[in-house]
Amino acid sequence: MSGIRAAGRTRSTPLQRIVTTEDRTIGIRYLLLSLVAVAAGTLLSLAMRTQLAWPGIRWPFHGPLLPEEYLSLVTMHGTLMIFFVLTTAPQSGFASLVLPQQIGARRMALPWLNALGFWIVALALAVLLSAFLLPAGGPIAGWTNYPPLSAIASAGPGQGGGMDCWLLSIGLFCVGSWFSAINVLVTVLTERARGMTLGRMPLTVWSWFVSSILILLAFTVLFAAIVLLFCDRHLGTAFFIPQGDWVSGQVVGHGDGSPLLWLHLFWFFGHPEVYIAILPGMGLVSSLIANFSRRPIVGYRMMAAATVLIGLLGFVVWGHHMFVSGMNPYAGAAFGLTTMAIAVPSTAEVFSWLGTLWGGGLRRTTPMLFALGFLSLFIAGGVTGPILALPALDQYLHNTFFVVAHFHLIMAMAGAFSIFAGIYYWFPLMTGRLMSERLGRWHFWLSLIAAYGTFFPMHLEGLAGRPRHFAQVTGSTSSLASLLPMERGVTWAAFVLGAAQILFLINLLWSARRGQPAGQNPWQATTLEWQTTPLPNRIERGPYEYHSGTTEADFTPQWETASQQE
Amino acid sequence: MPATFTRSVVDTERERKDPGFGGRPPVDRRPTGGGGGDENWDHHRHGRGPRALLTRYRMGIFSALAGDLMFFMALVTAFFFRQSSGHFDGHGAYILDWHQLAIPPILYLNTAILLLSSVTMEMGRRQLFHELDVMEEWLGMGRPAARRAAPWLAATAALGVAFLIGQWMAWKDLAAQGFFFASNPSSHFFYLITGAHGAHLVLGVLALFAALAALSLLHRMELRQIFVDCTAWYWHSMGLFWIFLFGLLIFCQ
Repeated sequence: MSGIRAAGRTRSTPLQRIVTTEDRTIGIRYLLLSLVAVAAGTLLSLAMRTQLAWPGIRWPFHGPLLPEEYLSLVTMHGTLMIFFVLTTAPQSGFASLVLPQQIGARRMALPWLNALGFWIVALALAVLLSAFLLPAGGPIAGWTNYPPLSAIASAGPGQGGGMDCWLLSIGLFCVGSWFSAINVLVTVLTERARGMTLGRMPLTVWSWFVSSILILLAFTVLFAAIVLLFCDRHLGTAFFIPQGDWVSGQVVGHGDGSPLLWLHLFWFFGHPEVYIAILPGMGLVSSLIANFSRRPIVGYRMMAAATVLIGLLGFVVWGHHMFVSGMNPYAGAAFGLTTMAIAVPSTAEVFSWLGTLWGGGLRRTTPMLFALGFLSLFIAGGVTGPILALPALDQYLHNTFFVVAHFHLIMAMAGAFSIFAGIYYWFPLMTGRLMSERLGRWHFWLSLIAAYGTFFPMHLEGLAGRPRHFAQVTGSTSSLASLLPMERGVTWAAFVLGAAQILFLINLLWSARRGQPAGQNPWQATTLEWQTTPLPNRIERGPYEYHSGTTEADFTPQWETASQQE
Repeated sequence: MPATFTRSVVDTERERKDPGFGGRPPVDRRPTGGGGGDENWDHHRHGRGPRALLTRYRMGIFSALAGDLMFFMALVTAFFFRQSSGHFDGHGAYILDWHQLAIPPILYLNTAILLLSSVTMEMGRRQLFHELDVMEEWLGMGRPAARRAAPWLAATAALGVAFLIGQWMAWKDLAAQGFFFASNPSSHFFYLITGAHGAHLVLGVLALFAALAALSLLHRMELRQIFVDCTAWYWHSMGLFWIFLFGLLIFCQ
């Protein structure tokens, strides 16, 4: 069996092609869905940046952007990016694409559940985007949708139908990703080839496995929170609406509901969600760094353990999103400690990557560049984590752009770079061709510089007190007006960042048709998705057996047995 | 099984030719990158035989139920959280709006029915794993296992429907006393918890009907087993969840 085969060519009738349960086809569909979502989310963010740099600018066919419209852009940007890009692409997309091959299975354990999950997620995206078509527009409460404003339709435009679209969409998304997580979990537990022990799984598989557990336990809690919020909105309950709540000139609170309850439920989901978004990227980067520096990953067992530990600790740090919510300060101290504790396994992973790079025969291919970019952004965004983990400092920084800078670097940009790395790396599996290296390098360098140009100054703005969710820094008060030049700089960098992605799209389209044929195992990788010869009866090798500089073929793939090696 | 590290030719080679510039870079010297030898493969079920298929689907239903448990845990957490949330009145006193709810007594009967249905479910499930019958079905000599399981499944479905009717009557009972979903936080949670659990049971009853159909429609023996087995585990879990939730509603008002 060839390691490279184009996806979805076996089915014949159109209906069969649509409802296919073929893993790679579903993986590619997930990635295309994320591409749609990321394009929409990026355009929204560019619209926000334009408004921030030139407040009051008149948009064609629209006129000036109102503050509530700006908030709706913020909400939809966050929702699209977090759920439909950072959760969907690395977890469901890449896992469907290569997970079965990487563990030597013929296919997923429950392929129909995987397909069902995809269609539910696609429906969720359609429902979310349809909020824009409503006359009042999309929801404006931010992707976290804190009550009481999210619980009351009169709280603003878009908080009626738009907010209901959001609830329905994310409810569907919970179910869809729950299905896909069950499938990944069962696949890893039951479908591994003979000899593919836990200790021989590539680190990507470890991270998909841990992320699936997180999805299983976190998204169901979000689903419960959504049900409660729905009851508050439509069935007259008071879970989240406080006593005497006053909205738009009316008292709407009729019970002792607690907005804090939503915060707890939401962030109990929301923090593991961060790791769902980044763990697959960390696993992928481990594989890429080992491959392109031609050295075994340093401390494989520690890396696997750190992945599991990050997953576990991810469940006990949610309170650090709530330091300024009025939560008990002692709880804040406890959450500060656990948050700093999670920096330990994260740092262990970083040192392992650096140790693997050290003295390796570095091959600077595009996937490797993006993996190194991930490393850089992960560290740059990570160092501000322990700062924000201190409740006292967070008091000041929480509602400023400092936080925006932190999570855009460590989650958004690092996550995006790992997705790019994965697409450049696994493109041959999707199309049988390599992506253009020249365009890829341009894409990388422009993206890296523009990413820092966009998000680094936001730290400084945050320290200067620039609040989040403000549609402009100028206006009736002048205290922030001096930040306007910096806002403009950030906006120009964001334009460059957006423009760099056009190179990626061109590369994608061009390479899919005209790219250099990849041949078998173009990256000389050891993991099983690149398998060139039939699978042996029993896997006998670890995932990263590179030995730089020994022989011509400086690696031993997992599909080789000991006897073949002699 | 203890791990044995046999040094391969490649490893010795790697060590000798280690480039060594910039100090000695760290090398993980374990031959397989730390893998292998630590898992006993004699206990693993391989291939795609009926047993492996059953294991896979069981694993699937258990993962799904683990997620579902978190859903109910979230409701329970919200229950306690909401119970203790209140406001300060004009005199600085902390006022709670939670009124204790007297549980309709029919719930005890419903609980007994649900427990009984778990017993019938288990009887039905075991019929499908009765060795002699399975062997006969496997060889295509009629379907004794399916025939014996069907009445048990039908009984379970009937009991399930009885439970749901009982829950509906409890709702009617409360509504007659003037307690509706929106009346008080305690009634929010009563209706929400019984409603969410009831929705799960509706799914369970539908699954039972589907399993009854599957017993005669599905051609492969192992698929019939899997269908009934997964439905049974789901059903048992819902029984267990209910006992837990019922305890919460009784003792934690």
